[in-house]
Amino acid sequence: MKAAYWRVIGAILWKDLWMELRRPEVLPAMVVFAILSIFIFNFALEYQPSLRTILVPGLLWLTTAFSGTLGINRSIAIEKDRDSFDALLLAPVERSAVFLGKMASLWLFILIMQAILLPLFGIFYNVDLFHTSLFLVCLLGSLGYVSAGVLMGSISVQTKTQDILLPVLLLPISLPLLIAAVKASAEIIAGTTENSLPWLNFLIIFDLIFLGIAFMVFDTIVEE
Amino acid sequence: MSKSNPFLLTCLDVITTLLVATAACLVFFYAPLEAVMGAVQKVFYFHVSTLWVGMLGFLAAAIASVNYLRTGAERWDHTAVSAIEISLVFFLSGIITGSIWARPVWNTWWTWDPRLTSAAIVELVYAAYFILRQSLESRARQARFAAVYAIAAFVSVPMTFVSIRMLRTIHPVIIGELTANIAGTFDITPAMLYTFIFSLVAFTFLFADLLWHRILLGQLQEQSETLLLRRMQHQEESR
Repeated sequence: MKAAYWRVIGAILWKDLWMELRRPEVLPAMVVFAILSIFIFNFALEYQPSLRTILVPGLLWLTTAFSGTLGINRSIAIEKDRDSFDALLLAPVERSAVFLGKMASLWLFILIMQAILLPLFGIFYNVDLFHTSLFLVCLLGSLGYVSAGVLMGSISVQTKTQDILLPVLLLPISLPLLIAAVKASAEIIAGTTENSLPWLNFLIIFDLIFLGIAFMVFDTIVEE
Repeated sequence: MSKSNPFLLTCLDVITTLLVATAACLVFFYAPLEAVMGAVQKVFYFHVSTLWVGMLGFLAAAIASVNYLRTGAERWDHTAVSAIEISLVFFLSGIITGSIWARPVWNTWWTWDPRLTSAAIVELVYAAYFILRQSLESRARQARFAAVYAIAAFVSVPMTFVSIRMLRTIHPVIIGELTANIAGTFDITPAMLYTFIFSLVAFTFLFADLLWHRILLGQLQEQSETLLLRRMQHQEESR
């Protein structure tokens, strides 16, 4: 039973990765959008060297949040457009496993995007972002974001307004997560890593709570 | 169902009117004038009360939503919509009264203080609730998705507040630990405290009263819709 459950998660993760390899649709859009926003922020904010350490964590997570929304939306909309979501739900497996599989693949996408984004931020804004604890913040932050995101995405994809609705639902709900992620990153970049601990704990709590909620209510969202 | 309002509801109407009127009298005539801020401090009584009602409504909506998902009974959905609708208005008036107070005390209508920002975010979170409802056509789906969203929103809101407490804030803390050196903090006298508690109670009654009315309204709406549907079906058949 337990092994079968994990196999379902693995299968969905593998399917999404395979699809992405065969015809890249989600990840390139996310990455290009993220890189674009680095440049647009640069113009919009008349960026000054003295503001570096203050602005970079905020920009990093803003970019992650927006391109994450893009990715979540696309990834779920693909399933809906091709009616493969119904096929997934028809499969005689636990629905929470379907949710976790979808979440795992999107988590991986966001992490890949951040892996590209972090060095770019480092180069363009001339800050040192190579900290193990910053990677931990990225892991935890994007986990919370996708768990809330896939939940809200599964709702918004079934509405009339689809693409517009997801950011409206997701951004305010994940605000505490974004605050904590920005604060933790800011402390780490500023070199006061020990101060980021309360924010890291906060991230863990958010992750657990939203995973729990999604776990409990995902059934009711997808049932017909 | 009954055509007129239930007797208990009429009683509640009368009690609420009296309580709110008394609260207003207390605020204006009984509560002493604050030494530094003067009359504008009196907004505090209704400012906290409206926000309290707002939070109460969001809590009620979350509980109703959990019950809806468990039982699937329509009335829980009515309760959740009603509670959020009322709370949204109260919360907004809480923000506005705060703004009125902030103008003379902080010398600005609005600052990007974390607590003010989080209040605005809460307002937006629940405004999205109605956007979500409107973009769904199927009645059952509307209720189900809205319930899920209300639960997620209610979990997120306290976390926003905690994260804000962890940041620095210039908002005065009247209840709880008193922080010195924050503009607008004042020592609360017994007369102020009584007025404050009375306003809280009065507004809680006001909330319960409005909620009851709104739920009845929702049920009437539902009934009229079924009647309309039945009539249309009837016309189809007779054709």
